[in-house]
Amino acid sequence: MDHIRHRRPLGVGALTIGLSLAIAGGAVAQDAAPSFEAAPGALTLVAYTTPREAYEELIPLFQATPEGQGVTFEESYGPSGDQSRAVSAGLAADVLALALWPDVERLVEAGIVAPDWDENEYGGIIHDSVAVFAVRPGNPKGILTWEDLTREDVVVITPNPITSGGAQWNILAAYQAQILAGKTEEEAIDFLTRLASRVAVWDRGARDALTTFANGQGDVLIAYENEALFARDAGVPLDVVVPDATILIENSLAPTLIGDAPVQGQAFVDFLYTPDAQRVYARHHFRPVLPEVLAEFDFYQPPQLFTVADLGGWPEARPRFFDPNTGIMAQIFQTLGIGS
Amino acid sequence: MTAATTSAAATGARPVESTARRRRAARLGVRSIVLLYLLLLLVLPVAMVFVRAFEGGIEPFLKAMARPSFQSAFWLTIQIACITIPVTTVMGVITALAIVRRRFPGRWLLNALVDLPFALSPVVIGLSLFLVYGVNSPLGGWLQSMGITVIFAMPGMVLATIFVCLPFVIREVIPVLREIGTDQEEAAYTLGASPWRTFWRVTLPAIRWGIMYGVILTTARALGEYGAVAIVSGKLSGKTETLTTHVEERYLAFDLVGAYTASIVLGLLALVVLLGMQLLQSGRLRRRGPRTSDTPGSAGSRLGTTSPAPDGAATPGGT
Amino acid sequence: MTSAVDARPDHRSGVLGSYDGRGFMGPGLAALYLGLIVLIPITALIWQSVSGGLDSFLTAVTRPQAFAAITLTFLMSLGVVLINAVMGTLIAWVLVRDDFPGKRLVNSLIDLPFALPTIVTGLTLLTLYGPRSPFGINVAYAPAAIILALLFVTLPFVVRSVQPVLLELDRDMEEAAASLGAGPGTVVRRIILPNLVPAILTGGALAFARCIGEFGSVVLISGNIPFRTEVASVYIMGQVEADQPGEAAAVSLVLLVTSLVLLVTFDLVRRRVSHHEEPA
Repeated sequence: MDHIRHRRPLGVGALTIGLSLAIAGGAVAQDAAPSFEAAPGALTLVAYTTPREAYEELIPLFQATPEGQGVTFEESYGPSGDQSRAVSAGLAADVLALALWPDVERLVEAGIVAPDWDENEYGGIIHDSVAVFAVRPGNPKGILTWEDLTREDVVVITPNPITSGGAQWNILAAYQAQILAGKTEEEAIDFLTRLASRVAVWDRGARDALTTFANGQGDVLIAYENEALFARDAGVPLDVVVPDATILIENSLAPTLIGDAPVQGQAFVDFLYTPDAQRVYARHHFRPVLPEVLAEFDFYQPPQLFTVADLGGWPEARPRFFDPNTGIMAQIFQTLGIGS
Repeated sequence: MTAATTSAAATGARPVESTARRRRAARLGVRSIVLLYLLLLLVLPVAMVFVRAFEGGIEPFLKAMARPSFQSAFWLTIQIACITIPVTTVMGVITALAIVRRRFPGRWLLNALVDLPFALSPVVIGLSLFLVYGVNSPLGGWLQSMGITVIFAMPGMVLATIFVCLPFVIREVIPVLREIGTDQEEAAYTLGASPWRTFWRVTLPAIRWGIMYGVILTTARALGEYGAVAIVSGKLSGKTETLTTHVEERYLAFDLVGAYTASIVLGLLALVVLLGMQLLQSGRLRRRGPRTSDTPGSAGSRLGTTSPAPDGAATPGGT
Repeated sequence: MTSAVDARPDHRSGVLGSYDGRGFMGPGLAALYLGLIVLIPITALIWQSVSGGLDSFLTAVTRPQAFAAITLTFLMSLGVVLINAVMGTLIAWVLVRDDFPGKRLVNSLIDLPFALPTIVTGLTLLTLYGPRSPFGINVAYAPAAIILALLFVTLPFVVRSVQPVLLELDRDMEEAAASLGAGPGTVVRRIILPNLVPAILTGGALAFARCIGEFGSVVLISGNIPFRTEVASVYIMGQVEADQPGEAAAVSLVLLVTSLVLLVTFDLVRRRVSHHEEPA
């Protein structure tokens, strides 16, 4: 190639190209960058965002146990639904900690999670929470019950249940509370419609909703207890009201079948069910699943606490309420949309 | 239009003094409006971020930068930019040359495709890649079976960034290529220079400012892209989080200092980019720079006199 | 200053074929590049939105929430482009015809929105005009917030397309007209405006296309309230996160087609208005 001989007037443009290529070469070799292939022997934890601070405390604790000695960790946190989709798309994972059952269950079909993942002593649940109302300090609007949320003078914030898996707990709680109060299904759906008409902001996710509320929107945020308390710890001025009838939020944990560190993964899962680990969750405002640990902490037990099983379980409740086209919430949105 | 009306607010019949005074008043008025607008829209908000970020001193700022998730986001952002810039530059010049210098069927389509990323929402770009490379698509599924993950991983993020950055170099180089015409290339060619030599000695020096301007715009966009990357990356903290999605994540975790820290790092990078743009603009003005004058009568020096800078307004003498 | 004259049509390059010799840098590479990066994904997007038939496409885009988001997006974009047309021209005017200390700094500042990442823009505006605003101005979660964000990100378009035209505009002509007794209105209408309109339209069209698709700067500050402050791009993002790529693709197609149609129309109008614009 004769052009090699004529390199003198290369020009700044060519220099730029060369330089950026060189930088590219250097940067790819940069080891501080995240790796997409898990390091050999590293345990990859794929979790939803909320318990992040708890895991930052739990991982060193685990590494201090005989089983955890020498285990290195790779962590990734994100919205539960995104994490679930990422894992099904090939994100390496040894242990999954996700916000709700369907996000784990959908990985069973792809062979990523064992079909019996939810059949341990705790049903695959690692910690609980309850749906609560976060209100302004001193509860100036006197919001105590679900019925209060539909008052004309109350502005509600909740994430969009169609887009946010976590928000689905809120809607199920509101609905079932009506059923427990003796309403018919029709009346309960009507209640959801009135509730939805009071919602000022349907955020995409639970965290967005919390931020919206923290930024001064609305009188009440329907939130997980742990999220509301987390925000309070972070300096957001709010009070937490636990309604008498509310849903027990159950967060899932499962080892995967595709991990690089199956033994360590299982050991980590076992560790997370120990009283010590459960106490860490509790300090981060999650309700422990071990009854003896739960008793050590001062969590208010609402008299009418129900679970998703009371609504027929996720396989039944999810399409019924949250199918984006035919679900109850989609219909309510449609009604309100036409109305406005 | 108001500006024009007011600043020229004088009729020939009026005495000259009054005309001048009125012109000055109008000029001052328009100037104040413009400066106030820019102050409120641009300057104050950006300044406020610095105020808020350093309210607690420099220590929280440094602590936020030491967070592993910040570190991984930072390096991932740099990596993506370093892959994107060479690809869009080299391929951009090739494409610009093809569009300007060649006649072939479908040339109009290429020309139209180049502008498409400008006309598209970053979210739409992200979605389109998601549809092609997601595991549910045939291509994505096949790649998956070959062990290549695109969506929620690095390849998808790079593709998205290249997509949004694709037009910059091409659109900067095309007008320059048109401007310089083919005389010089033709001359070099007929004098026996090989196409390669013609490119290195005639074409490239002529278009280098255009290329560099395009590279600078590409850099800014590659470092700062959010929407497209957010969709294809899934924003997984510690894995696929870039600096921009890190800003959002920290903001949502009530860690405002963390969000401001990442913002300021991005802002400083943007500042470097701005400075680069300025330097290039004045570089373009140095018409008889040493580099162009050592090739007498070359396309390079011709370029200097007629360069259609996208921002030709930077010419200080023009006012 | 002679660019319009100098820009010669490149019909001669066909004869020349500088790079034909080796097939090097041929259109093939360019086609491959654009095909892989742009064409295939966009085809997939269009395919996804029409593969369910026209009915499902129409259902998806006329869904009240989707329709409201699209309408809001267009209204906001239109408003922002109008403000830009006025303010952008004013800014360009000041930068070209006025002179004051620090003008060069102001001039470089105009490019800031291009350099600053959109998410940072959003956070920035939220800091000053959000709930913790030191001025007590809180537009967060209101439609005004969207306008603000869009004004920020589209600021350079009109300015940067009007500026060079103003620079090249021959002032002798204006002065000649004025000395011949033309009033300022006439000078503006007959001499300045006809020269600026194509540039304003170009800048406006680019700004509009940008507005329609803007996401990063809007997402934090708009509050994502369906029917009120949810713009189309945020709606699309929501649908992707809800595992509804079909719905997202349909709305995306609407955005894609509209901005393409608008850009082409603007371009045609610009060419018609323009007297000395070079052929593209």
